[in-house]
Amino acid sequence: MRAWAQKKGIPYFLLFPGLAWLFVFFVVPMAFMFGISLYEGSLDTTFEFTWNFDNYSDSISTYDTQFLRSFLYAGIATFFCLLLAYPLAYAIAFKAGKWAPVLLFLVVAPFFTTYLIRTYAWQTILSNDSVIADVLRSLGLIDDRILKTPAAVIAGLTYNFLPFMILPIYASLEQLDKRLIEAGRDLYSSSATAFRKITLPLSMPGVIAGTLLTFIPAVGDYINATFLGNTNQAMIGNVIQSQYLITKDYPVAAALSFTMMAIIVVIVLVYIKFAGSESLMGEDRAL
Amino acid sequence: MRWLRNNAIMIVAVAVVLYMLIPIAVIAAFSFNDPSGKFNFTWQGFTFEHWENAFGIPELTDALVASLQLAALSTVIATILGTMIAMALVRYEFRGRKATNLLIVIPITSPEVVIGAALLSLFVYAEVATGFVTLLLAHVMFTISFVVIVVRSRLIGFDRRLEEAARDLGADAWTTFRTVTLPLIAPGLGAAAFLAFALSLDDFVISNFNSGTTVTFPLYIFGAAQRGIPVEVNVLATMLFLLTVTAMGFTVWQQHRATKLAAVRPDEDADTGFPTAKPAGGRAAGSAA
Repeated sequence: MRAWAQKKGIPYFLLFPGLAWLFVFFVVPMAFMFGISLYEGSLDTTFEFTWNFDNYSDSISTYDTQFLRSFLYAGIATFFCLLLAYPLAYAIAFKAGKWAPVLLFLVVAPFFTTYLIRTYAWQTILSNDSVIADVLRSLGLIDDRILKTPAAVIAGLTYNFLPFMILPIYASLEQLDKRLIEAGRDLYSSSATAFRKITLPLSMPGVIAGTLLTFIPAVGDYINATFLGNTNQAMIGNVIQSQYLITKDYPVAAALSFTMMAIIVVIVLVYIKFAGSESLMGEDRAL
Repeated sequence: MRWLRNNAIMIVAVAVVLYMLIPIAVIAAFSFNDPSGKFNFTWQGFTFEHWENAFGIPELTDALVASLQLAALSTVIATILGTMIAMALVRYEFRGRKATNLLIVIPITSPEVVIGAALLSLFVYAEVATGFVTLLLAHVMFTISFVVIVVRSRLIGFDRRLEEAARDLGADAWTTFRTVTLPLIAPGLGAAAFLAFALSLDDFVISNFNSGTTVTFPLYIFGAAQRGIPVEVNVLATMLFLLTVTAMGFTVWQQHRATKLAAVRPDEDADTGFPTAKPAGGRAAGSAA
């Protein structure tokens, strides 16, 4: 009996502290935030729990532009990330040979400088008297400035989340059984057909994981809009941040966070339905 | 032309990598700038002044120290808790596996602003004053998942016969773990800890919500952004970058050496007539590279 308890108990003993931490500091706060989103009142008076669903309709109708803008900017940035990441991941997995570790290292190198500093560096690079602004002006691509335009914010988002797209795609390409491509070629497919029918479908889990890992943080980001944009490019993250930390209108901020989370969950569920959760968690068991 | 066609994909790849490195080059270059005003945006002249004065701004140095302490503490806790979860996931049957996986994936796929806001909601409601402790709670929370994923992938390639051999030779469970399991999963733990440390050091958004009066390195930068970020920030960022790159380069080189040594050893063992764990040893060391 004791041996049984010992054996059956081990996994729970191993799981408990970590899962408890995640539960108390992730699940419980989410539940609290949901609760707060139904409160009424302000910091000056008092907050009162009144099932105040108006917070949702009010906040969505007030900030619908920022909501749409966030999903639009994040969507465009994700698209550009995919466009840049796939060739690079493909090159590292199949073409780079002994240079692969070096390239992979350079891909993660930006992580070793603070996110904020990198964005700040883009502020320098795109500033009005920078070389890039001059070139774009002389080409007639911009009238006046690039900083504080949607293009700057989207460029910043693309830059900052690019590694999150590259790494999962690389991982799925690297695991791919290269004999399948050889088999395709042996059966007289052109290299383009082999790519389209073998490589691309087999790398889809990586593409899906990468798009999620890029899109989701990009939707909630407010650093790029703060550093590279102005109020006309404010995203929903900016609104949540200022409502929480400056205005301290907790109910509205909580309702906004929850709405964003709900939309994202729906997108993720649709994606996972279509791709299988393995693309995010991988296979569990070795035995 | 033919060369261009054959190497097109490599050219694109190199271009993308260069694009990724531009801001780092700019940060490093501007650490030698001598700006006349408060804003370090335009190149004015070369100076070593700010490198000599790297730790000359007390608030900045304090912020960096706070960040390093926070990252070190949260890394230790998250690595231990995350490794335990990974062990349970890979090695045991238990009820609630799906829920566990979900609980691990969801924080990674939640926008940081939501996590930060939710945690602040809890702290405000529970009337917990935000500060270093709440930052630590938050940082451990968002790094655990990454540790689980990294360590888990390492455990899956693990040859359990090595542990059975130790048990057969009379080692108890703890000794087996300490002398067999731990050294073999150490590179995975190292990678996970490294990732956790980097994530914690880099975090701005979640910290922005839960820092109270504590100022971390990213929070200092955000605060300074409006009135002009001092050049010393560029200096410290460049230092951090060089340090981590060196550390990582050294680790990779060590693992490379270990792989080479491991590749030789089985033959030597065969010469001495000892039974060897050749396939397992080779694979474990091989996957470390």
